[in-house]
Amino acid sequence: MGFITEVKTLIKDNIRDYGMYIALVVILLTFTIMTDGLFMSSRNISNLLDSAGYIAVLAVGMTLVIVIRHIDLSVGFAAGFLGAIAAIFLTQMGVSVYITVPAILIFGIVAGLFNGFLIAQLGIPAFVATLAAMLIFRGALLRVTEQTGTIIVNDDKFNALGNGFIPSLMEVNGLHLLSLIVGLIGVLLYVYSEFSNRRNKVKYKFDVPSKGIFALKLILVSAVIAYITWILAGYNGFSWTVVIMLVVVIIYHFMTTKTVLGRHIYAVGSNPEAAHLSGINVKKITYIVFGSMGMLAALSGILFTSRLQSATTTAGTLFELDAIAAAYVGGVSSAGGVGKVTGAIIGAIVMASLTNGMNLLGVGISYQYIIRGGVLAAAVIFDVMTRRKRG
Amino acid sequence: MSEYILEMKGISKEFTGVKALSNVNFKVKKGEIHCLIGENGAGKSTLMKVLSGVYPHGNYDGDIIYEGEVQKFSNISDSVKAGISIIHQELALFPDLTVYENIFAGNEVKRGAFVDWNQTVVEAQKMLKKVNLKVNPETLVKDLSVGRQQLVEIAKALSKEVKLLILDEPTAALNEDDSENLLELLKGLKQEGITCIMISHKLKEVISIADKATVLRDGQTICTLDAADGPISESIIIQNMVGREIKDIYPKRPNKNIGDKILELHNWSAFDVELGREVVKDVDFHIKKGEIVGIAGLMGAGRTELALSIFGNPKSYKVQGDLLLNGKKRKFTHTKDAIKAGIAYVTEDRKGNGLFLLQDIKSNVSAANLKGISSNGILNGNEEIKVATEYKKSINIKASSVEQNVGNLSGGNQQKVSLGKWLFVGPKLLILDEPTRGIDVGAKFEIYTIMNQMINEGLSIIMISSELGEVLGMSDRVYVMGEGRIKGEMAIEEASQEKIMQLATH
Repeated sequence: MGFITEVKTLIKDNIRDYGMYIALVVILLTFTIMTDGLFMSSRNISNLLDSAGYIAVLAVGMTLVIVIRHIDLSVGFAAGFLGAIAAIFLTQMGVSVYITVPAILIFGIVAGLFNGFLIAQLGIPAFVATLAAMLIFRGALLRVTEQTGTIIVNDDKFNALGNGFIPSLMEVNGLHLLSLIVGLIGVLLYVYSEFSNRRNKVKYKFDVPSKGIFALKLILVSAVIAYITWILAGYNGFSWTVVIMLVVVIIYHFMTTKTVLGRHIYAVGSNPEAAHLSGINVKKITYIVFGSMGMLAALSGILFTSRLQSATTTAGTLFELDAIAAAYVGGVSSAGGVGKVTGAIIGAIVMASLTNGMNLLGVGISYQYIIRGGVLAAAVIFDVMTRRKRG
Repeated sequence: MSEYILEMKGISKEFTGVKALSNVNFKVKKGEIHCLIGENGAGKSTLMKVLSGVYPHGNYDGDIIYEGEVQKFSNISDSVKAGISIIHQELALFPDLTVYENIFAGNEVKRGAFVDWNQTVVEAQKMLKKVNLKVNPETLVKDLSVGRQQLVEIAKALSKEVKLLILDEPTAALNEDDSENLLELLKGLKQEGITCIMISHKLKEVISIADKATVLRDGQTICTLDAADGPISESIIIQNMVGREIKDIYPKRPNKNIGDKILELHNWSAFDVELGREVVKDVDFHIKKGEIVGIAGLMGAGRTELALSIFGNPKSYKVQGDLLLNGKKRKFTHTKDAIKAGIAYVTEDRKGNGLFLLQDIKSNVSAANLKGISSNGILNGNEEIKVATEYKKSINIKASSVEQNVGNLSGGNQQKVSLGKWLFVGPKLLILDEPTRGIDVGAKFEIYTIMNQMINEGLSIIMISSELGEVLGMSDRVYVMGEGRIKGEMAIEEASQEKIMQLATH
């Protein structure tokens, strides 16, 4: 097989997975050209990623919820409420940030498990159960912020999560040194894992892609990591939000693709009855997925509160729908069993890029909503069409 | 006009390569009760679907002559207009609507553009009287027993001025009393000149009620028996139902090596809470090591329910009785307990609850035994490919690679994937539910060969099958089930098609 034909078949077989990346590149290029490069400036990209963070972590959890054929409408106000609780802990109760953050994450898990209880144990449709939870969280948020109004958070360490950057150590030619090192380590880890994968496959005597393709993939992905690192290093380096986002994606990506738990989640999503007959505990999986969603909602609340350096009475409004949109743009299917965590992140970045790019261009807010709606519809149409072609 | 209300001439119908009906002739006289008999898959339901327009004109070959005219129904409402009503086994009622709303659903009593509900109730009462059903028309249908719901269906048909009423196994879900009532009602309708076609598995009923009985086998009309020529006997019907010669497609198992009992059931019953009735009744059953035990019976006999009640009870039946595994009393509360104990269950409905159609072969093969390809909860993807590829070779799954989606495979290959999945679990006892349904002959032979291999490796197999040939060709011992009970047990040497059918239809 020639090199070109191999590339062609690779693209044809994976068009659904690649489609999203291609769309992202197209959007980035379009905005870069239309703003004369301003869009791709270090400062803007850094801002863009930070503003995507609290939706991106929600989208990761939401993807799994949709994969098991449910939905969670409560995550927006759950994030808002838990963010406010974090603010109260830090200001009014004077709890240290090192205790506050884990405590809030645990509260999130408990809230998620409660949704799981309604859905798995009592058999209430997820739409209704989480709608009820959404109203409850909304009320609870108003309740705790009623007397004080907006709660200003003065804890620097906490606020750094949404606004701060990893320390630079020193500047090299105006570039952020530690970020460069992190990026370099990222590239090395990536190259190492690809080589060890390939070595393992060869050990099992499986077919591996030709050396040309392998090298192309290594160079391409390394270049992307390096480029992003270089851009970010040109401003303040990696922000804590980006680091947290990366950690969440890496953990969830590993969990969904490489563990028994992940396989069980996808099995329950693609055919719950068959999963049950295969000895999988469907209820337990539902609990775990909603528990994880709750934890990520808490994380989202922490990131948002820290980014605003305050908890407001309307925090979390419509987060759930942004997260659902990001998950669908990222290729999740409501029929269940299909969807990737990496897709959710890309979906969140696509949506954030649209907002950011259109803001730079001064597009009116009315048009922004219409265009974002159009992109969401187009993404789902693309998904349905490519699936029909294959099936 | 001829004395026949219905003549179906030379009806043939094909489903992608499989002939469901070939050249069927079927005549029904006006005002008679005509029973249609045959094994599962003989083509009875298909024939009735052709008649009622479910398969529109042009989709089949042959002619339907109804009331002296060739009919070209293009959908169900055409046949309903012509006065043909079909009542399916699964009732087509709206459980949350009232009796009167159901009777006139789709056929509303109107005054101008609006529904006249008062008149509807009055009309409904008339219909209920006709079917001898004494209930308040404002009762919700879900609050009625199945027998009464069936009467509502008939009332609904009567409201449309039915001339030809078709009933698909109307008594399958009814108790004795309700069945009796229903048959009486049909006799009454006959007096009023309504013609009736009844599909039934219960031969006693057929004999008591039928003016004529037509037997179908393998999509062909075998004979029509007329009660006027002398009483119809069970033995004649059964002979005609099973008269097929068994071709020798069953591989031999020369060295049988049957050991101790591995599974026993005593006084085993299961109550389905959702249906509100007992689906398995007082079953005594055992299977020995190295044995293939066939469970024969007709649809709805409770065989799948029995299998599920053993296999960790996923439908949450209320189960009573004792289950002994290797002589020890056991209780499984989840399928995973049953799997751990060495029981595997290959479902009847591959696509519905057997396979993950959107996933590839390797994920399906490993789905019930992820432990086998992981350590500390972390999967070894390469090991998975290796395992799946081994099964692909050993049981001959035809696919380009183990990364192909299962949804795109043929029925036979999908079934092999199911088998591979459960073999990878390493079971001691394998329950196969209709293992060769919808599979071509070549793949069937392969599956039988795999079954024999497994037996040689010391497994035991419970094979639930509606195909008598398969039951007789593969089993060492046969149980016959009917109405949730074990109706009989026999060694293979004593078993015959007639005997099994006799037990199953009682």
